[in-house]
Amino acid sequence: MAAKSIISRPVYGTLSPQPGKHHLFIADAEGALAISDMAAGAPAGFFDGAEIVFIPGPDGKHVDALEALKPGQFHQAPSFASVLPRLKQTLSNAHMGLRLYLAGTEGLIGQAMQVALEAGIDHTSMQTEHRGSLARRMQCVHCKGITENVTTQPATCSHCGLLLLVRDHYSRRLAAFQGVCINAEDRSEIPPMEEAFP
Amino acid sequence: MSTGTTKLDVVVSDVVPVNELVTRFHFRRRDGQMLPTFSGGAHVVVEMRDGDRTRLNPYSLMGSPLDTREYTISVRRDDVGRGGSLFMHRSVKPGLEMVISYPVNLFSLDLRARKHLMLAGGIGITPFMAQTAQLAGEGGNFELHYTCRTASLGTYADVLRERYDRRIRLYHDDRDERIDLDRLLSTQPLGTHLYVCGPAGMINWARDRAASLGWPSEAVHFEHFAAPQPGLPFDVTLAVSGKTIRVGEQQSLLEAIEAAGVDPPYLCRGGVCGQCETNVISYDGKFIHNDHWLSEEDHRSGCKIMPCVSRFEGRSLVLER
Repeated sequence: MAAKSIISRPVYGTLSPQPGKHHLFIADAEGALAISDMAAGAPAGFFDGAEIVFIPGPDGKHVDALEALKPGQFHQAPSFASVLPRLKQTLSNAHMGLRLYLAGTEGLIGQAMQVALEAGIDHTSMQTEHRGSLARRMQCVHCKGITENVTTQPATCSHCGLLLLVRDHYSRRLAAFQGVCINAEDRSEIPPMEEAFP
Repeated sequence: MSTGTTKLDVVVSDVVPVNELVTRFHFRRRDGQMLPTFSGGAHVVVEMRDGDRTRLNPYSLMGSPLDTREYTISVRRDDVGRGGSLFMHRSVKPGLEMVISYPVNLFSLDLRARKHLMLAGGIGITPFMAQTAQLAGEGGNFELHYTCRTASLGTYADVLRERYDRRIRLYHDDRDERIDLDRLLSTQPLGTHLYVCGPAGMINWARDRAASLGWPSEAVHFEHFAAPQPGLPFDVTLAVSGKTIRVGEQQSLLEAIEAAGVDPPYLCRGGVCGQCETNVISYDGKFIHNDHWLSEEDHRSGCKIMPCVSRFEGRSLVLER
């Protein structure tokens, strides 16, 4: 689980069943395990009216485990971008009483949260649980380009090519950590690149 | 001077009977200046010099926050209460110079909300008078459901209907009209915030139904001006100021501390804001905690008390004041 360092750095909890009329789960990869674990303590019939949107990732694991929960609706998708229109549609038609559960990588949680915030859900009332890779979604503060799945420190901006220090400074609006040029004074200075967010 | 309660010197500019129980009071600054800006839901604490006794009662500001030439409050007469509302009704006349606190808002609108759903019961309408005026000025999306005993006791219902038409829904107890709360709460669009002001029973009902129907607590706001409950008189020792005082049957602990010349901080005088929280040094007896501020653990520990609403029964009580 991610440790808290500075105030903007998100901290995640453990999914728990909330009272509510509709339950919407959005998860990727090992986030499925957070849902299965929560299901063990959920009241009978909890998943009857629940909707699970799952992005399994390249290895395609955990689909069976989620289907076994027999949710009211189950959707599998290849990427977050592909579920975005559906998610926006669901939230714009939703009423108070819908509860949101986000589980998996920070990139998934952050981007789903961003859409939910726009729909009017307070970030403190969403259930989140971080599982799987620590890879970060990073915004280059210089060219503003977003690089997905950053695992190293420093990291190279995939847009402008600058070498960036990946900070814990997080933007909820952008759902991204901030990357700042690490060698602005002398570009010939190249610090060793280490895997920091496996 | 108490924390957060800087005073304003005002003069009563008008007193207007509204119905058989409610009277409206208008205040202007004695120096003719504009009053401080406030936001919908704010209250002021009105100081009443009632003989040798000073009463301090909180009342919601009900005028538009867009107009600070005067403040207006509405006071419902309580014939069996502790006497503050009776003093306002009987003794406060136009021209009287009074002292009120700066406005404090413990019931503010969350302006991130997509929609504001308001529930008012009886005199609980007052903070919504200011909030609806504020939202209407900003083109905000709101809907107000107002329950009152009879049409004639529907304070300002006619004003609200005229101003906002269909955004106001009235329910009269004598006609057996009830809010279909479950339906109302379940059909609100995502991003709606709920605001409740009225009797404790109504607040508890709304909070309970909202929680069961999946409303996150961050989206549920409420305000209840609880008058301090009377009880058996008791003695208390104030360790810092070295005084031993008696708290009367109808007096709150906070009022007794103030009467003894100690100036403790306060904001709401209703057990919700936390400003008057006081450490207990020692005690022999039992606390009657009436506040909504301290945790259950705090209540059990016997280490803290909210003197604005809580009482004590027993042999000795020493507070850090």
